[in-house]
Amino acid sequence: MTFRAHHLLGIEPLHPLEIATLLDLADDYVGLNRQQEKHSDVLAGLTQINMFFENSTRTQASFELAGKRLGADVMNMSMQASSIKKGETLIDTALTLNAMHPDLLVVRHPHSGAVDLLSQKVNCAVLNAGDGRHEHPTQALLDALTIRRAKGRLHRLTIAICGDIAHSRVARSNILLLGKMESRIRLIGPPTLIPAGAADWGVEIYDDMKEGLRDCDVVMMLRLQKERMDGGFIPSEREYYHRFGLDAEKLGYAREDAIVMHPGPMNRGVEIDGTIADDINRSVIQEQVEMGVAVRMAAMDLLARNLAEARANV
Amino acid sequence: MSVLTLTNARLIDPEAGTETLGTLTIRDGIIASVAAGIVAGEGVVDCRGRCLAPGIVDIGVKVGEPGERHKESFRSAGRAAAAGGVTTIVTRADTNPSIDTPEVLEFVTRRAQQDSPVRIAPMAALTKGRQGREMVEIGFLLDAGAVAFSDGDTVTTDTKVLSRAFTYARGLDALVMAHPQEPGLSAGAAVTSGMFASLRGLPAVSPMAERMGLDRDLALVEMTGVKYHADQITTRRALPALARAKESGFDVTAGTSIHHLTLNQLDVGNYRTFFKVKPPLRSETDRLAVVEAVASGLIDIICSMHTPQDEESKRLPFEEAASGAVGLETLLPAAMRLYHAELLSLPQLFRAMSRNPARRLGLPGGRLAAGAPADLVLFDPDAPFVLDRATLQSKSRNTPFDGARMEGKVLATWVGGRLVHGSVG
Repeated sequence: MTFRAHHLLGIEPLHPLEIATLLDLADDYVGLNRQQEKHSDVLAGLTQINMFFENSTRTQASFELAGKRLGADVMNMSMQASSIKKGETLIDTALTLNAMHPDLLVVRHPHSGAVDLLSQKVNCAVLNAGDGRHEHPTQALLDALTIRRAKGRLHRLTIAICGDIAHSRVARSNILLLGKMESRIRLIGPPTLIPAGAADWGVEIYDDMKEGLRDCDVVMMLRLQKERMDGGFIPSEREYYHRFGLDAEKLGYAREDAIVMHPGPMNRGVEIDGTIADDINRSVIQEQVEMGVAVRMAAMDLLARNLAEARANV
Repeated sequence: MSVLTLTNARLIDPEAGTETLGTLTIRDGIIASVAAGIVAGEGVVDCRGRCLAPGIVDIGVKVGEPGERHKESFRSAGRAAAAGGVTTIVTRADTNPSIDTPEVLEFVTRRAQQDSPVRIAPMAALTKGRQGREMVEIGFLLDAGAVAFSDGDTVTTDTKVLSRAFTYARGLDALVMAHPQEPGLSAGAAVTSGMFASLRGLPAVSPMAERMGLDRDLALVEMTGVKYHADQITTRRALPALARAKESGFDVTAGTSIHHLTLNQLDVGNYRTFFKVKPPLRSETDRLAVVEAVASGLIDIICSMHTPQDEESKRLPFEEAASGAVGLETLLPAAMRLYHAELLSLPQLFRAMSRNPARRLGLPGGRLAAGAPADLVLFDPDAPFVLDRATLQSKSRNTPFDGARMEGKVLATWVGGRLVHGSVG
């Protein structure tokens, strides 16, 4: 087996072969998920805890479903409501949970590096469901699986990532993953939303959509958070849509068979035109959601195998 | 009358910029004579070629009294200083409450005299409660023994308040020390902006914020003529402004911390909070430029910026973790990294760590000359060791050098001729 990681904290520590192994297994789970009987019991007897320190509906639902389809006992904890309000530190929360003997811990946290910190204090597999502006590895993996299924490969593609790169953990994980798989990455957005030093990441940077989208195979749109729209980073929603919103005209500069992606939830009319999002010939947005469950099943399956092996060797 | 003669010592004289094998005699807490050559005789201590230098004067040390004694007391800070060859601690006013009245300053002075084996020279806040609204009683505080006025790393945003405080301080010939930083740009920042910060997804500040803060402060210096010291200059782009101010003849000096001279932003690695300091660690280019500025004398002073933090305030996600690192005990061995890398000589280092800070504050130490107080450190610049933070004397052990291979051990420290750490012979 070529998947050696014990946690899925980010794309950065993964080897391209580990990524490929995970995507291959996820492909199998896509098959399972499309059957009438969707149940497997590879995680039977294991306990999965979803700890979300930040609001999430989609990611949490996807992880929950993935765990349940594989037979794990799944518990959801909404952390914003509970212990942090009482002043408990992250590490104490982790130790408390650890005492309940979970096997898989799925964590989302508003601070970069927080999931990494937590993983050092528990003896189970930790999956990062998004930490601050740092990484969101399962999103990048599901995006990769979607691209691979649509394009047949992950290398030598030209992929545009558009919008609020600076505040996006999705963008960071995607840049790392697609870079490891040897695709060419373009970042498109107003300079206020491009992170400092991004030019040193080995990506091309554009502040003009038409130029940036020229001959792209994949167009990845990012969500623009409402709180960034009020003149702090961009002057207004309508100017942003005019310059960076994906519409038919701008998409016309990409390759004819270019696919359109969005991690959701979408702001129709802000970063993407509704008709493009719904165009079944171009948009793979619904497929991304489907791949999300499969990728999370594969990730938890592989981590559970490594966990069992590690525990057997103790 | 007590006499101690130390011979066969490599005498580091920062004043003359020399290293000589020779003999130093202490009489009644004062250096009685310094001479080349080795002597023999009864009661003469052989230093076996180890380095003898004026004790370090460390500007900007945080002691948790009043308010945070669990992080550092005068006793623990004093012991840490003695173990690190620091003979004078210049304390910060960012305590709780702030040291902003003569009464609090007297409390600090009394506590220091009771508990600290090394000398303490206290600074006072520049504004009441370090709120940046009203200046403190600069005159009374000077009378009570304040050596400088500083709000620590809190920047006074109201320039009118600051200009008046500078003007008033100028009238009393008081030294003000500031933290040059543009507070709007640096708000919430945990690291220096750039490729690394962006990859880690951490809130970051442009290194330019330091220059903006320094530019403003220097304009106020030009306006008011106050004696000004910038606590930490850590970026390449701030240096020309500093050089211009000095060339124009303004009474301006600058310091930098040992952490900014020996570490860079990449040391943060995987969110290691012991490397979170204020201002944040910089790029390697900045680090080397600042080292060069120390070598040329443009930056006058090296300090440890000793900032004790308890475990709880560091065991948090990076953004939430407290800033600061302890440094009293690691200042000298870390400085030896610069010596071994042949970036700075020993006399240059002790010029920046002992002579210049003493002179800037008008203290009698920092010299290896007859008549100076016998505040001395004996050390072996080559002795290797691996730092174990559990062995530190500080109550807080938030050092970025835990587990680091270092060279340079303090063998003995004297304050006023009294041995406060180690042994000789």
